[in-house]
Amino acid sequence: MIATDLLVAQNVGFGIISLLMIIGAVRVVTVSNVVHAALWLVIVLSGAAAQYLLLSAEFVAITQVLVYVGAVMVLFLFGTMLTRARIGAESDLNNKNWFLGIPVALLMLGVMSYVIVDGFGSERLIENSGDMQPIPIQVISDDIFGPYLLPFWALSFVLLVAVIGAIVLARKD
Amino acid sequence: MLTTQFLLLGAVLFCIGVYGVLARKNAVMVLMSIELILNSVNINLLAFSVRHGSVDGNTFALYVIAIAAAEVGVGLAMVLLIYRNRRTIALDDLSEMKG
Repeated sequence: MIATDLLVAQNVGFGIISLLMIIGAVRVVTVSNVVHAALWLVIVLSGAAAQYLLLSAEFVAITQVLVYVGAVMVLFLFGTMLTRARIGAESDLNNKNWFLGIPVALLMLGVMSYVIVDGFGSERLIENSGDMQPIPIQVISDDIFGPYLLPFWALSFVLLVAVIGAIVLARKD
Repeated sequence: MLTTQFLLLGAVLFCIGVYGVLARKNAVMVLMSIELILNSVNINLLAFSVRHGSVDGNTFALYVIAIAAAEVGVGLAMVLLIYRNRRTIALDDLSEMKG
């Protein structure tokens, strides 16, 4: 049962993509070149978009590509190039106490993995993964502009304030 | 597909992001690690959306993406301002408010 389950194409895809994502994420936090870290982050974000497609969330996947891989990465590269004259490798990207982060992260990972495996075990995400249908955008928009309209308004204000704040902060005067 | 595999992927990415926030000194690198954390949360939201057969997880993932974009914009504006005033973005040097 488990053996046949492992061979489902979705599981193979999940394995390959998540391996790429984890390698990319580790490189983002260890590489000693800011531009390279930004490019590794592109791999992680695109992998996340692919995982969203596996989870049948097409609209979120496309939004992820547009907003993250498109806009946020350009912002990061701009930020890097405006604050650092050097493009090559740098030796002082880490704190002097950086090694303390490793036990903290490993401890968190251990606790979270234990809780997740204990709580969900081998429960299936959906009874028959062939049945997963992509979610129509109409349903999502009914959800956004129906029960979650108030958070949407609040979000619009947050974006407006963020745009004004970014302009005020970065303005030369 | 199992629920656990998506949640574990989210947990691994979250912990790598937490390590990056703790270990990095460069402010831009800390912002990148925060993006890793927000993406792991999104994977969890969408996995639970499928598990419960509800569309709410998709909606919240979209909200999280919008908030993350706003956060990066303001964060990078602050980084530029700090760089303009001090010619460095090393977070260790910003110690006036340490108390």
